[in-house]
Amino acid sequence: MKKISALDRLLLLMISLIAAYQVVAGMDGCCVAVTIYYTVAFGILLITGLLLIIFGFEILDNSTVVVAAALLPLSLSSGLIYRYIPGLYMVYLIFTVMGLVLILVTRYYIGGKIAAIALAIVHGVAGMVIFILPISLSIKGVTSSLFSFVGIGGALIGVGGLLLAFLKAGKPILPKELIYSVLPCLLLVMTIAFVVGMAAER
Amino acid sequence: MELKNSPKIITLVKTKFTLYLPLIKSLQTGLLLVTGLTGYMSARCPVMTLHTFLGLAGSLFLAISGSTVLNMVLDRDIDARMARTANRPLPSGKISVNEALFLGLTLSLAGLIWSFSLSFLYGMVVFAGLFFDVVIYTLWLKRKTAWSIIWGGISGGMPILAGRALGLGELDMIGGLLSLSILLWIPTHILTFSMHYFDDYARAGIPTFPSTYGYKNTRLIIALSSLGVAFSIALGLFFLGLSWGYLRLLAVLTVGMLGLVLGSVFRPSEKINFGLFKYASLYMLSSMSMLVLGVL
Repeated sequence: MKKISALDRLLLLMISLIAAYQVVAGMDGCCVAVTIYYTVAFGILLITGLLLIIFGFEILDNSTVVVAAALLPLSLSSGLIYRYIPGLYMVYLIFTVMGLVLILVTRYYIGGKIAAIALAIVHGVAGMVIFILPISLSIKGVTSSLFSFVGIGGALIGVGGLLLAFLKAGKPILPKELIYSVLPCLLLVMTIAFVVGMAAER
Repeated sequence: MELKNSPKIITLVKTKFTLYLPLIKSLQTGLLLVTGLTGYMSARCPVMTLHTFLGLAGSLFLAISGSTVLNMVLDRDIDARMARTANRPLPSGKISVNEALFLGLTLSLAGLIWSFSLSFLYGMVVFAGLFFDVVIYTLWLKRKTAWSIIWGGISGGMPILAGRALGLGELDMIGGLLSLSILLWIPTHILTFSMHYFDDYARAGIPTFPSTYGYKNTRLIIALSSLGVAFSIALGLFFLGLSWGYLRLLAVLTVGMLGLVLGSVFRPSEKINFGLFKYASLYMLSSMSMLVLGVL
């Protein structure tokens, strides 16, 4: 397991601070449900940053952390759907709940590749929502063009999720050391993209 | 002649500074100082003068440093028996007891006089902190009972109460809550250390919670203290009228703390224990930052 370096810690601290800013800033004019979804998403980012600083990359092997981390894309995508495509919200809510149950069951009772595949599917769908929805909204002119940055963040979260999921499945796309080396940087760029995009809609 | 002597004087000052710095535990003193300044800023004084702010910083620094040096003098025999502290200036003989005692008394007295010159109430709270720490905690109870840490906690909660008292001119419930949060945070700090350095404390003959009540109960107390910290800080910030954004952030950080608390109780390990301790320190620092940013 790669030992966490001082630079990694600095990047993770920046992630935590930026996520903390977003939690405090919130979204003006949003309903309570959207505020809660976004708070959960950025709150998980904040706590993940702090836990990685304290415990190092080993924390990523912890099942509870994996399940909690899955809440990030699920929560953020739910907030986006609730706000911009309310008609699909109930369907997406069902997917979110079922996805979480699937991750929980496979992670705690089955494990191995099936758990990794379940995680990849749920992460993948949520990541696609976060990637496609903001970009299509900004292209259509429904939102500011800067809102497409949330989509870029969505692409990055998808990349990060897939890298980790395949690593856990025993078929890493990139060497393990490299994945852990780029992870803090990837998370930081993703966080900045989310916050810049959200600021455009505030 | 004077110019000839100046390098010697500079060298002497440098040597003394290097020796005295570990005596005041700069990190601990710094943290307590931050809580004092935060307490003052939390009062949202109508007039916040630089003179009072610097007076608060200076007097608190002197009083906290003084009490820390006096504790070092009183605990020098314990420090000598513990591997972690055996190299401190007093047990290692780098500084004489008389010199350290003189330094501790001078710093404490200077801090107290400065405090009383700023405000009688503020001076009384600073005096109470110094008295609880040096006399009640270190001199009287530390070698007798594991429960002495409560008095250590009370004295640690005095700087934030003092700062707020100086800003407001009175003691209030919010000051009490903020002080309580520090009081509850300090046992988590001391208990984690007493588990980590169990053999050291046993060798020094100091009664600790792990040696008296076992590891399991100690972990439970750390968990409950951490919850108490979160609860008292949350109430303090809520009554201070901080915006929902800061309260949301506090809720997020509290969820992280709860997760680690549950982990430390149901899946105990040295790593989780130390992690909770570090997280609780970050939580405290974050709360103080939020308090300052929220009232500005």
